[in-house]
Amino acid sequence: MATIEQFRTCPTTGLKVHLAAENLIKANAVVAVVFLAVGGLFGLMVALTRWPAVHLLPADWFYLALTAHGLDVLLVWIIFFEVAILYFASAVLLNCRLAAPRVAWVAFALMLIGAVLANITVLQGQSSVMFTSYVPMPAAPNFYLSLIIFAVGALIACFVFFGTLVIAKEEKTYQGSIPLVTFGAMTAAIIAVFTLAAGAIILVPTWLWSIGYISDIDPLTYKLVWWAMGHSSQQINVSAHVAVWYAIAAIVLGAKPISEKVSRSAFLLYILFLQLASAHHLLAEPGISSEWKIFNTSYMMYLAVLGSMIHGLTVPGAIEAAQRRRGLTNGIFEWLRKAPWGNPAFAGMFLSLVMFGFLGGITGVVLGTEQLNLLMHNTLYVPGHFHGTVVAGTTLAFMSVTYLVIPLIFRRDLVLKKVAQIQPYLFGIGAGGISLFMMGAGTLGVARRHWDIGFADAVLRFEYPEVAILMLGLNGICAVLASLGGISYVVVVVGSVLFGKKMGESKLAAPVAPVTSTAGVVGEYGNAGTLKLPGTIVLVSVFMMAFILYYVVNWKYLSEIWPLR
Amino acid sequence: MAIAPPSERIWWREPIARIELIWIVIGFSWGLVMFFTMVFWHSVGEQNLSNEAYKTTPEKFQAKVTEMVEQYTVRDEAGIPVVRPPAGSDVYMLGRLWQWYPLLELEKNQSYRLHLASMDYQHGFSLQPVNLNISVHPGYDMVMTITPTDSGEFTIVCNEFCGIGHHLMIGKIFVVE
Repeated sequence: MATIEQFRTCPTTGLKVHLAAENLIKANAVVAVVFLAVGGLFGLMVALTRWPAVHLLPADWFYLALTAHGLDVLLVWIIFFEVAILYFASAVLLNCRLAAPRVAWVAFALMLIGAVLANITVLQGQSSVMFTSYVPMPAAPNFYLSLIIFAVGALIACFVFFGTLVIAKEEKTYQGSIPLVTFGAMTAAIIAVFTLAAGAIILVPTWLWSIGYISDIDPLTYKLVWWAMGHSSQQINVSAHVAVWYAIAAIVLGAKPISEKVSRSAFLLYILFLQLASAHHLLAEPGISSEWKIFNTSYMMYLAVLGSMIHGLTVPGAIEAAQRRRGLTNGIFEWLRKAPWGNPAFAGMFLSLVMFGFLGGITGVVLGTEQLNLLMHNTLYVPGHFHGTVVAGTTLAFMSVTYLVIPLIFRRDLVLKKVAQIQPYLFGIGAGGISLFMMGAGTLGVARRHWDIGFADAVLRFEYPEVAILMLGLNGICAVLASLGGISYVVVVVGSVLFGKKMGESKLAAPVAPVTSTAGVVGEYGNAGTLKLPGTIVLVSVFMMAFILYYVVNWKYLSEIWPLR
Repeated sequence: MAIAPPSERIWWREPIARIELIWIVIGFSWGLVMFFTMVFWHSVGEQNLSNEAYKTTPEKFQAKVTEMVEQYTVRDEAGIPVVRPPAGSDVYMLGRLWQWYPLLELEKNQSYRLHLASMDYQHGFSLQPVNLNISVHPGYDMVMTITPTDSGEFTIVCNEFCGIGHHLMIGKIFVVE
């Protein structure tokens, strides 16, 4: 049972914070940031090698760095940070003690061991197989083992989160239903369980294959099951970063969801239709029928896409409603113009929202269309798309929420506030540019995961169009910008955690009665009194037109290539 | 607020705001349009990936390639045979570390049944500058009917990572009038 000494009350927000949960949030967030720095550095080296004028690394180091980049940022940074979000959204937002803190530390240790082992194995040089590690290309056995250890740790962390939800309900630490942000985090955790199970189903046999206990793994089956982990895990990221969007809008502007029912249903769509993602990776494969491909990438109506489109309306809608309530009612866009653009949490969140939709979202649907996939499968368009979702979307959202977590959980003032203010713009523009220019080069045919697009040493000659080379130069420049943004982030976070001014030490408080906690009473919904949201209508209309236009243009482009049947 | 429990405990009875309802209808309809476009393209579009594929082994596929090379080689480029099979026939191309083999010479506006398979790891058939991209697996013989509609020299880049020599892996299709 929780005792009085295990809690403190945050003087700023009135939230009751379980100290064991707080320490775990700190540990997971700190490790996440360390791996972001390491993985980001690898990413910069990759981009500088792709820039033909620089061509930084030799081939073996390029493929090694690319493998490490994928592992460290896509897996380690994001999952560690998501575990911190899960603990925050359960223990802190529900005013509850964290279930089984010791088990949570075991999860943390397993994830850390897995992450370190994965990096050591990749740096040993025998495992430059890319993040996807497609069979039959072999990696060292420890490569697969390290991923399994990491996944087991992450799975345990999910169950600590579920346990905390149960405790909060049993001990009645909140009234009614869990908050929307916790609901979003729960969505992420449910998807994570499915995803990590799929990972185990494919990585355990692959590990056994690598040490000689299994003779053969079918490459198509591997791809099918691996992507049930590989892409479904991106649905974890989407759920988590959408929850973060709602959280930032709520904390910074007091925004309320337009309607709880719609926003929660949109999260449910992610759980019910997440399988769409796996099939997207099999559109150019032999031996799978068109019927299977079309059905499994759309389930006939693209409901997971609809989920994101709903959030794309309700998040800015909630912000607009909150701003209009505060009196910013002039014209269509006063609420947006006078938004707190100097607050890095808000600025990063809004940039993340816009770029996730326009750069990551639209292109993801186009890429996942059976026939259109022929135009871009395995070109640089693919990493271009997912740098729009995972970097400009998820990573930027997670960076933004850090600026709220530092005062709340670490109880430190931000250092270098000016640097923090420009950080989301620097990183956002860099990441957006990386996404855009890689997609541009991919549209012109440039292959992904390719050390030398000049083909200098090849027996036969080939040159990509000049414009593609230019795009890769611009990609390199944007990678430098994003790296500056990344370094600023790490400096501000580490500086604040170590040297930031300590905020008023809160007194240890008696457990707060549920009714009087801030979680108990809130006002009416966002639509009450402000039914009209003209700014949001304009934003989503522009989005819809861009979506339709880009979709149609790609079909036009497809219709001009060689007939194929 | 989104970080606090809903103020209306029975939140699922709340009416949906009009703006949300309209947006949901638009999004849902667009999803249906996108689904039916894919289906529709199979009947009217000319670019659809074939559903024909067979299980094979590197030895069996290699034998087919060798037979074709022996029968139809017309010249070589940098020591690699250029094969000119008859229009409408079955044409074989294999991917291996780190080469597409053999090179092909095809006639413009004629159709060919192109077979693709890998001898070792996965490879990516990326035809440039047409920009047609298809995965090539070991153990699977994928058959598709292609019709070159432009003449000239076309390049096949490998766009699935296949090891340290990945960037050296280039093939050619020469299309003649």
